[in-house]
Amino acid sequence: MLPFLIRRLALLLLVLLGLSALTFGLSHLVPTDPARAALGFDAAPDMVEQYRREMGLDRPLPAQYALYLRHLVQGDLGASIMTRRSVAEDLAKFIPATLELTLVSLVFSVLVGGALGVLAAVRRGSAIDTVATAGPVAQLSVPVFVMGLVLLLVFYRWLGWLPYGGRLDSMVPAPPGITGLYLIDSLLARDGRAFRDAAAHLVLPALALSNLTLAEMTRITRSAVLDVLGADHVRTARSKGLPERAVLWRHVVKNAAIPVVTVMGLRVGFLMGGAVITETIFAWPGIGRYAWEGARNVDLNVVMGVTLVVALVYSLVNLAVDVLYSVLDPRVRLS
Amino acid sequence: MIWRGATVPQMVSGAVLLGFLALTAFPEALAPWDPLKTQPGQRLRPPSAAHPLGTDYLGRDVLSRVIHGARVSLIPAVAVVLAAGLAGSAMGLIAGYLGGWIDETSMRLADVFLAVPALILAMAIATALGPSARNAALAVILVWWPSYARLARGEAQVLRAVEFIQAARASGASQSRILLRHMLPNQLSSLVVKASLDVGTVLLLLTGLSFLGIGAQPPSPEWGLEVATSRQYMFERPWYTIGASAAIFLAVYSMNLFGDLVRERLDPRLRSI
Repeated sequence: MLPFLIRRLALLLLVLLGLSALTFGLSHLVPTDPARAALGFDAAPDMVEQYRREMGLDRPLPAQYALYLRHLVQGDLGASIMTRRSVAEDLAKFIPATLELTLVSLVFSVLVGGALGVLAAVRRGSAIDTVATAGPVAQLSVPVFVMGLVLLLVFYRWLGWLPYGGRLDSMVPAPPGITGLYLIDSLLARDGRAFRDAAAHLVLPALALSNLTLAEMTRITRSAVLDVLGADHVRTARSKGLPERAVLWRHVVKNAAIPVVTVMGLRVGFLMGGAVITETIFAWPGIGRYAWEGARNVDLNVVMGVTLVVALVYSLVNLAVDVLYSVLDPRVRLS
Repeated sequence: MIWRGATVPQMVSGAVLLGFLALTAFPEALAPWDPLKTQPGQRLRPPSAAHPLGTDYLGRDVLSRVIHGARVSLIPAVAVVLAAGLAGSAMGLIAGYLGGWIDETSMRLADVFLAVPALILAMAIATALGPSARNAALAVILVWWPSYARLARGEAQVLRAVEFIQAARASGASQSRILLRHMLPNQLSSLVVKASLDVGTVLLLLTGLSFLGIGAQPPSPEWGLEVATSRQYMFERPWYTIGASAAIFLAVYSMNLFGDLVRERLDPRLRSI
């Protein structure tokens, strides 16, 4: 296990190094002068010159890249032109909102999609199977932004059941920040009002964001369970008289979980990409919305900062999935 | 024949795609109005006989814009898949066949592009290049090629060891001849299957970028941009948003169903005898 981890972490470093070269290169493609962009277009020429010297912009490109890399290693992602704060500081502030949204969406997709998939496989050919087979194809064809707008129109505008925008109503004070996840923080503070309000604000964005992963989860679970149902050990379990419920839980679902975990782990990237659009629609103050605002204002430090941080999280999740895979499946030896 | 044994939804999807093809080819003939003609006195009108989907905030006919949107939305999606598919497969084929440092370098390069979720990386690239439909398409090509490189490389590694390739090598065939005449034809069907399943996803990605304002720019009738523009009027005038939203959904849904049909026909593991 240890050699595997070391090798994977080394590979991860290599990929991040390559990515840093990409983000550095992209930042230098832009025709605008970064010094002028930071100081404003009417800044005095000597101020621009001084800024260029201070930020190392007058040095050759390889030297600039080395400087960029040194800053990255120290966790310095540069300053944002929009917020006039450091990008790392901004990210720390916005990450909990994205984390809460993606986690709730992931849990929702796994529970509902998993249940649907198992039910569909067990009752193959039934009405629920038809829904679980045809539904995902349609679901996967709905753009996240259309899903979000339809949900808003129905549940906010027409029915008036759920709020629109932000994480909390402006009249509800935020719970004391411990984890940054409002659901957990409000529970810890025993603040029922904040919890209910935070949950109500989460429903629509989480539904919009989980649409694609829910579809994938249903589809994969169904086919994984169908595969296992036909296996010899399941027939043996049945023939020794185990009740169907025990066969299903102990022998089928546990084994079917292995491929499901792998595929769903890779889908975390879906969620993070979808979060940009979802957060934009629901005015959700997370890193997706931050990246979008950065892109609209050509604030490259922001866009590249989000790209790098998301890549780091995504790569670590993939690594965790591989490790989890070996824990779930004793036949897999990591080497 | 591709249609033999196709299910009803697959046939309907084929017909819908033919419809979109017609919209792409002859928008002028099919659209009732000029998609760019503004009529200040006709702003935000509800659906009527003259304007079946109403008019937009500049008094332009929404239906005509949706029809003209087919060309600027669908052609980029197909072009991106073709470009990414060609570049990625060529790279993967060469890497898998030659092995060694070429293989190692190109696969690590692919890893870099696969380390970031597609939409986020495409957004970063498109922002750096400057927001335009062309740059968004370029960004998605850059994000999309690695999946083809990986697929083609995997298959090339398997094929390399197969007898007929070794026989070709032993009989003195040049490397380019082996790659083009022996390896490529054997990989073509899996690449075509992947491409046909990818077009819908790429369309979602491109319209997503336009929705975010990083793709096609006004006054283009591109569907993602159209949904973004209509968004602020959505609560009072939902019909304005429906056309472009439904067009994206229908196009992607038909492409996915049709892609399944292509897979059933071409994937040897799914082909019935």
